[in-house]
Amino acid sequence: MNNRVLSLVLSRLLIALITLVIVSFAVFFATTLLPGDTATILLGQAATPEAVEGLRKAMHLDEPAVFRFLRWIVGLVQGDLGTSYANEMPVADLIAGRFVNTLKLAGVTALFSVPIALTLGISAAMLRGSLYDRAVTVLTIGVISVPEFMIATSAVLVFAVYLKWLPALSFANEVHGLADMLRIYAMPVITLTFVISAQMIRMTRAAVIETLNTPYVEMALLKGASRPRIVLRHALPNALGPIVNAVALSLSYLLGGVIIVETIFNYPGIAKLMVDAVATRDLPLIQSCAMIFCLGYLLLITTADIIAILSNPRLR
Amino acid sequence: MTMTTSSTSTTTTRTSGSRLGYRFNVIGIIGLSVILCWALVAIFAPLIIPYPVGEIVDLDYFGPMSSDFWLGSDYLGRDMLSRILMGARYTVGISLAAVTIACFSGVVLGMIAAVAGGWLDTLLSRFLDALNSIPSKLFGLVVVAAVGSSIPVLILTLSVIYIPGAYRFARALAVNINAMDFITVARIRGESTLYLIRSEILPNIAGPVLADLGIRFVFIVLLLSGLSFLGLGVQPPYADWGALVRENIGGLPFGAPAVIFPSLAIASLTISVNLLIDNLPQKIRDRA
Repeated sequence: MNNRVLSLVLSRLLIALITLVIVSFAVFFATTLLPGDTATILLGQAATPEAVEGLRKAMHLDEPAVFRFLRWIVGLVQGDLGTSYANEMPVADLIAGRFVNTLKLAGVTALFSVPIALTLGISAAMLRGSLYDRAVTVLTIGVISVPEFMIATSAVLVFAVYLKWLPALSFANEVHGLADMLRIYAMPVITLTFVISAQMIRMTRAAVIETLNTPYVEMALLKGASRPRIVLRHALPNALGPIVNAVALSLSYLLGGVIIVETIFNYPGIAKLMVDAVATRDLPLIQSCAMIFCLGYLLLITTADIIAILSNPRLR
Repeated sequence: MTMTTSSTSTTTTRTSGSRLGYRFNVIGIIGLSVILCWALVAIFAPLIIPYPVGEIVDLDYFGPMSSDFWLGSDYLGRDMLSRILMGARYTVGISLAAVTIACFSGVVLGMIAAVAGGWLDTLLSRFLDALNSIPSKLFGLVVVAAVGSSIPVLILTLSVIYIPGAYRFARALAVNINAMDFITVARIRGESTLYLIRSEILPNIAGPVLADLGIRFVFIVLLLSGLSFLGLGVQPPYADWGALVRENIGGLPFGAPAVIFPSLAIASLTISVNLLIDNLPQKIRDRA
């Protein structure tokens, strides 16, 4: 029996690996579709044709795309992310510090949003159809239906402009102790928590309601179990897999949110780095950032799938 | 088949009143009228704007709401109402074009995969799933970085991003229909794949597919606004609603109306579509 679980998990991992290869293909070829010639762009209008030709050779731009792709992939695997076009620094150095910053932001957000979302989602499912459930549902639909930047701007309007609790836009280079730390994190974390929680509440609520519709829950109801007992003892243990799955899936929305939030709040994370790299067309940097994001996303959705497999009692 | 209906109804949080058959409930009607309103604005924008979009008409920048400038003025002193009304053309137009392409391709591919089955189905599903595991905003960023941003590129990128979702949805529905007796009968009759897709499967999945189109429209509006907000979407001198927020973000510390109203415009459109979809008459939504 356990072999079946093992083979399912392994096949899921294999699929993730294949996906990663396809994704890296896509990322690489999307960035090499660039209509202008990179060497010409780098050297500017005044460059002599010989200089452009020399640079093209040095950067292996004269080779076919497939070779450049292989060279790039091998480099990635060996930890060599290439050199930034814009400032000649190794991409790995540029990314390292920023990556930690983004992870911190994501971690703090997860710390806040998971407990909040689970509480709201499960309680809304327990009290399905009540005024409370309606309010939670309307609120989450509202948050899901608006762009992330609107939540960010609303947070600024509420907390900075009207309540004046926090500065409008945080500047991460002026850190002087704990108070400043809190100020820098407050706004981005509030915004991201809203975005993530809304997704998570919806999915958790749906997962619990799905289990509440099963025959064994009906049986529990018929034998006279109380409502909290039905939910907590009968439904919740079976909904645990889908809920953890929902949590992992919702956390993958962090990736999209983080791009907007880091830009609007000027947070020195990897997403801001990438958006800036797009503006300067710094391809190695864009490729590496894109791969990191895709890797993170794949990791989360694969984890979600594996948890769903492991938590399915029929496979045990 | 009952599996899909139950899962769609739990994920799209149904409110009461969906048992009323073809009659819309009040919330659905409100949603529909807001959508129609924006559609009309998008079509007739040049006729109803009070000031030319590009012209600086207010001496003050980030001006407040007044009788001359209903929604205030922007960072250069241009009339905000006119710019939002014109912005509707870009936001609604681009999103509508993208969602049409995405859903059409996705649904056609999905039905083909479901009917053909075998290696074609596996290959297509695997490839589109891989495409799906690139976060949408990131995909947009990379493509815009590579090809630059113009309206045709935006439409194409947005539709490519949402084809996998439409494909997966249509395929799941079509696979269910494909297992039904009347399909088997049609196959035995010797009907062609094209006939099966067009006359047997499509009519049976049309309702849910239309609802899915609405949801995907919301995603596309949000992604387009997000890209424009990052400065990678619609480029000046044109501006969609996301770009309007970006232009005027400097007014945020003073709570200028120029920042608030474009966001409200986006929210009104997306929330209305969501409300309409959630309150669609059950007969349309769950026909499969």
